[in-house]
Amino acid sequence: MIRFDSVTKTYPDGTVAVDDLSLTAPSGKITVLVGPSGCGKTTSLRMINRMIEPTSGRIWIDDRDHSTTSPTELRRGIGYVIQHAGLFPHRTIVDNVATVPLLLGQNKREARAKALELLERVGLPASFAKRYPAQLSGGQQQRVGVARALAADPPVMLMDEPFSAVDPVVREQLQNEFLRLQSELSKTIVFVTHDIDEAIKLGDQVAVMRVGGKLAQLATPADLLSNPVDDFVAGFVGRDRGYRALGFEPVPGLQLDPETTVLMGSDVSAAAAVARDGWVLVVDENGWPQGWLAVGDDATRASLQITPPLLHRGGTVAAVNGTFRAVLDAALSSPTGRGVIVDEARRFAGTITAANVVRLLEQQQVVHQQTVPVQAVPVQGAGATPR
Amino acid sequence: MIGNVFGWLTTAAHWRGGSGVTAIGTQIQAHVTYSFVAVLIALAIALPLGLFMGHTGRLPFLVSAANTLRALPTVGVLILLTVMIAPDFHGRTDFGYLIPTEIVLVLIAIPPILSNTYAGVQNVDGVVRDAASAMGMTGSQVLLQVELPNSLPLIFSGLRSASLQVIATATIASYLPLGGLGRFIYDGLAQQDFPQMIGGGVLVALLALLTDSVLAFIQRHVVSRGVSGRFSKKAMTARGPAAADIVQAEVAAV
Amino acid sequence: MTPASTSGAASSSPWHFWAYFNAHLHQDLSWLWDHVWLSALPVVIGLAIALPLGWLASRYKWIYPPMLSLMGLLYTIPSIALFVIIPPLLGLKALNPIQVPIALTIYSVALLVRVVADGLGSVPEDVLQAATAMGFGPVQRLVKVELPIAVPVIAAGLRVATVSNVSIVAVAGTIGLANLGQLFTTGFQLSTPTAYYPPIVLGIVLCVALALAFDGVIVTANRLLTPWRRAVQGR
Repeated sequence: MIRFDSVTKTYPDGTVAVDDLSLTAPSGKITVLVGPSGCGKTTSLRMINRMIEPTSGRIWIDDRDHSTTSPTELRRGIGYVIQHAGLFPHRTIVDNVATVPLLLGQNKREARAKALELLERVGLPASFAKRYPAQLSGGQQQRVGVARALAADPPVMLMDEPFSAVDPVVREQLQNEFLRLQSELSKTIVFVTHDIDEAIKLGDQVAVMRVGGKLAQLATPADLLSNPVDDFVAGFVGRDRGYRALGFEPVPGLQLDPETTVLMGSDVSAAAAVARDGWVLVVDENGWPQGWLAVGDDATRASLQITPPLLHRGGTVAAVNGTFRAVLDAALSSPTGRGVIVDEARRFAGTITAANVVRLLEQQQVVHQQTVPVQAVPVQGAGATPR
Repeated sequence: MIGNVFGWLTTAAHWRGGSGVTAIGTQIQAHVTYSFVAVLIALAIALPLGLFMGHTGRLPFLVSAANTLRALPTVGVLILLTVMIAPDFHGRTDFGYLIPTEIVLVLIAIPPILSNTYAGVQNVDGVVRDAASAMGMTGSQVLLQVELPNSLPLIFSGLRSASLQVIATATIASYLPLGGLGRFIYDGLAQQDFPQMIGGGVLVALLALLTDSVLAFIQRHVVSRGVSGRFSKKAMTARGPAAADIVQAEVAAV
Repeated sequence: MTPASTSGAASSSPWHFWAYFNAHLHQDLSWLWDHVWLSALPVVIGLAIALPLGWLASRYKWIYPPMLSLMGLLYTIPSIALFVIIPPLLGLKALNPIQVPIALTIYSVALLVRVVADGLGSVPEDVLQAATAMGFGPVQRLVKVELPIAVPVIAAGLRVATVSNVSIVAVAGTIGLANLGQLFTTGFQLSTPTAYYPPIVLGIVLCVALALAFDGVIVTANRLLTPWRRAVQGR
């Protein structure tokens, strides 16, 4: 775990980059520092591995004052991932990843073998090992950057806007990959970003900082969305807070409505027989929903077989153990108003209407208001608000 | 005339030497020796200095100072130093001329090597430098393992430039009675033996071209391919802004 | 041993170069004038030749590598070798005063083609596109947009070319051409048996002054031609 203890950083010309910051990043969790430019988030991150030295205050890493270890030794035990990866252009990918183990004195063969393993872990094929960074795309370079940070198996990882420099499609993939990795590795991670959506998606706890280096609020993402502590945080978190907060609410038992389904490949006429409001749900042989079929009065189509091009594919599908947001979205996006819900094995389980979802939600809110008090002050030191 | 020059160059006797004309082989050897020694000394001085300056960012004025040295007329300085030093050193003997010549050659070779090494190290991407020290490399590890390999293209270009200038100036040094390929130019001039004079010029040109080719060859094999960008076509992955390609490659890789 | 003396200057000390200058004023000035022309003219002509060649190399990608290889080759050849090789190639007498300006022009072209090509190539692509979209014809675009932006790079190349030319012209003095280099040869010949410094020191002083003067002219011209850069730096 990493603990900031009244840490301040001022520069000789008088600028205060970080102002009396105290917070704890718990072990095995992702703590996100987020805020506008000039809020000191990157400065705070770089004080952890002593790339910048605090003017006052102390930083503890697993109950050890980090100023007692030499900077180089400290850094060899901390993984560091930055925007644009910072890969060494003159070394091959595998040698880039093996950098820290080699610095620590491991022998070359072992270090390289470990590096190849890590490349696979971050989703890069072994053929990339002998290539050079200039031959890789931005997203691929970022993956190598993550692998490099993991190479010496450090307990702590620092990440400074690692996914900001790639395009949105790649960014989402990298974020999902990252969450998967973290679920396997459980590292203590401090992550800096300026993107509140990324913070909410990735963080176990989020620290919102304001310009001037002060901590505005430290909370779980759900808490941040539902209880911003002041106007600045509310404004920073943005609009649609209520709706986005639904992304964190797991649904309690869903009451699903049954729906007759039709197998892909059967005749349109067979579908027409069981259609409700002129629509029927089509599934494949595994029971996985494929889309809605509109059965009109058009006799020419009656003898056709059902194939994917005939289907309306606009509706999303939600899992029965998903969040309120996913379930609501399934209902709203379905052409029939009936949201398609699947079970853990992705088989069709039933439908639910938007009205029913909202009713469930309201019942849930009543339950919450009765049991959990609203927390309005930022929590110092001890961690995030539990829910 | 061209035929005469060609004839002069291919006469075996000229290569062995005799009757008023020194051996071509000897002069080539002398020229190469003077140049090589000077460049080596300049490297020994300017390379570590440039690396230090580039890495720490200190003493940048040395680069401008080195560059103003270029404004000095090489012939003038050569003659000045010779006149100053030679009488103290064995008078006007070959060795007496050698020291001032070597000094001038070293002074000529230092500015290109120094300024290019400094620029090379300074131009290493700040992100890479940052990542290197963040991973726990000490200052000298960052310099030697990261900054130096990435500065090699510029360092080599400085080395090549310095070598050419040294070879050119060593030719002039033959104006003082010193060995080297310039000997043929000046003797040819004095004796009105134009094939010799022009032949000397041709030999100097060839030596320069050969030296540059050798250095270019070494450069190609020493500089990491990741830095110079020399990749075989097969090894290239899909690059460029086409998001679809990237996504496909990423997806395929998962 | 009495110091050897020629007509005029009695002292052989290095600090008496000014007296030497005055004693041989007419000759020294004539050499200086020759030196100025021999250094500057090849660069001017060289630039005039390098501009179209460099433009070709930057405009047509397939020209760039071979053109620059050829230029690199020419630049690699030491200038003094060029001096003596040029006359037979052009069918001139082996020792013709014109060989020096020709060789220097070739030398300047070899350096400047690359500088022009890279200078024009440094103009950002979006600037070019915007200019074309606004209706600039190709010639107008070159003259009004690309060249002005390339000026700083070209100016840097010109500085290198002129300063090195001053030094190379002095070398031509050793093969008998009239210019400041003669001061060095004179000094050398007179330095038997003891050193005779004044002409040598004078030669160095004048050459350095000349080089700095050329450098200053080009820097000033660069500044005048690129007012937008001054505006940025002034902020």
